[in-house]
Amino acid sequence: MSLDQNEISKLARLARINVADSETEELSQRIGDILDMVDVMQAVDTSNVVAMANPHDAVQRLRADEVSETNQRDHFQTIAPQTEDGLYLVPQVIE
Amino acid sequence: MGTSCPPRDIHIKHIAKSYIYMPNHTVADILRGLEAKTFSSEEITQQYLDAIVAHDPRYNSYITVTADAALAQARAADQARQNGNGGLLCGVPIAHKDIFCTEGVRTSCASKMLDNFIAPYNATVVSKMAQAGTVTLGKTNMDEFAMGSSNETSFYGKVHNPWNTDCVPGGSSGGSAAAIAAGLAPAATGTDTGGSIRQPAALCGLTGIKPTYGRVSRYGMIAFASSLDQAGPMAKTAEDNALLLQAMAGFDPLDSTSMQLAVPDFVGNLNKDLKGLKIGVPKEYFSEGLDPAIGAAVEAALDEYRKLGAEIKAISLPHTHLAVPCYYIIAPAEASANLSRFDGVRYGYRCENPKDLDDLYTRTRAEGFGAEVKRRILIGTYALSSGFYDAYYRKAQQIRRLIKQDFDAAFKEVDMIAGPTTPNPAFALGEKVSDPLTMYLEDIYTIAVNLAGLPAISLPVGFTQGKPIGLQLIGRDFDEASLLAAAHQYQQRSDWHRQAAPGSV
Repeated sequence: MSLDQNEISKLARLARINVADSETEELSQRIGDILDMVDVMQAVDTSNVVAMANPHDAVQRLRADEVSETNQRDHFQTIAPQTEDGLYLVPQVIE
Repeated sequence: MGTSCPPRDIHIKHIAKSYIYMPNHTVADILRGLEAKTFSSEEITQQYLDAIVAHDPRYNSYITVTADAALAQARAADQARQNGNGGLLCGVPIAHKDIFCTEGVRTSCASKMLDNFIAPYNATVVSKMAQAGTVTLGKTNMDEFAMGSSNETSFYGKVHNPWNTDCVPGGSSGGSAAAIAAGLAPAATGTDTGGSIRQPAALCGLTGIKPTYGRVSRYGMIAFASSLDQAGPMAKTAEDNALLLQAMAGFDPLDSTSMQLAVPDFVGNLNKDLKGLKIGVPKEYFSEGLDPAIGAAVEAALDEYRKLGAEIKAISLPHTHLAVPCYYIIAPAEASANLSRFDGVRYGYRCENPKDLDDLYTRTRAEGFGAEVKRRILIGTYALSSGFYDAYYRKAQQIRRLIKQDFDAAFKEVDMIAGPTTPNPAFALGEKVSDPLTMYLEDIYTIAVNLAGLPAISLPVGFTQGKPIGLQLIGRDFDEASLLAAAHQYQQRSDWHRQAAPGSV
């Protein structure tokens, strides 16, 4: 199976990755190959199998709802592409 | 089994006198030398730094070398040792895979996306190793975001296998493996999501352990697939692995999947008697696609275990053939979520002159990620998208349980599972990079272990055509101690792990 141009465009949009037209055909083929490879799973009866998300079936450990972090904004923003007055700058969103 | 047995006698009780020199130091050797004041940490650190400058251009195993910081750490370690308050690994130089955040040092994950990323904090693994007294030589090369089995997807270029520089070192911890095999670090950290410690260890003639999921903290380790990722050590010997894992392991409140369990005495347990140990050998791991020379070397290793008092039993893991398909849904799905954080806003690469926010996101990610990473994000996005979730992601999670149940059933019969680490020895650079599906099959024996969360070790058990062969031992949950002991005792009777790659220092 291979994905058509529209399906690749939709995936690219969902993943927020710009895909050039020149890349579409190869991507479609490669993704299709992987979908073919994983297709063998469909033949397995899993009707009574509980999905497994964690190897130990562990649940999220919770901590007390107390402040545990100090403010390190200036430290973290030294590596930001663009900041101003402690804010991260991005292109204007609202006209 | 095949006939092309390695042309050497494996039954070596005493190390043959034919060695010209001890190829390069193990961590245990270095600790003995430091203790005896044969050399200082500063001297041996300088020696490794010089060797990296002189020889790494051939291997490309390091992305960043932190020479000044290393020498400062070494001097501090020498002082601490003199004061009698050094840690377990005081003064031992090591390298960190460039996936572990190291404060003040570039942490790139071998991606253009993080080429300018100076980590603002340390990963727990890095902090714990520093507390134990290790000296960080630098950050090792890897597949971009740990996605690969050949170390060919790095933004910083491919890594060469010291045993044969036309071949891959394996991946994704290929830089860590090549650095150790080349004598440019005695040990290194790695991470293993589908085999990324064990496969490069096998291909480079090293010993490497993937601990049980939850044994080592993932905090500050750049996430690929969070329900599979686990950090671990890579070194020449099982003894070194025990020393390093002793320092790395333990509960961390900063990782919500870290397990609250005491860390056993891995080093003290190395000589635990193997008499009566039941080792299961899955028939599915010796099927078509296995290089006969690897099959023969694994059989020879199993004979050694018989001599050590172990009982070898045939077992079956019937869902083995579903592990690779299952992994190639679950890992990309988790990766697509984890890698959504790279958006050009807070750190890392940002595209030039974005015209609006959407352009900033989509062009930053198109330009910052390499081809394999983009492919996996798109597959993961597909598997999680509306209308496909049940057929792919949920189905894979159900298959994952069947795979885990195979192991649960086997461990009712046996204490440990043995087989080859990889179906083939190191393959040629460029040979599989254009055909991802055949590359994925190189991880066929390692992937199921991550899906089940189990610990597993790879150790060298022979050579074929001058390339190392790895044996994989898989253990019960949190039973790293038995794996390290089994590997250590084999290494007391063999010298595969003491072979030096041609041209290594």
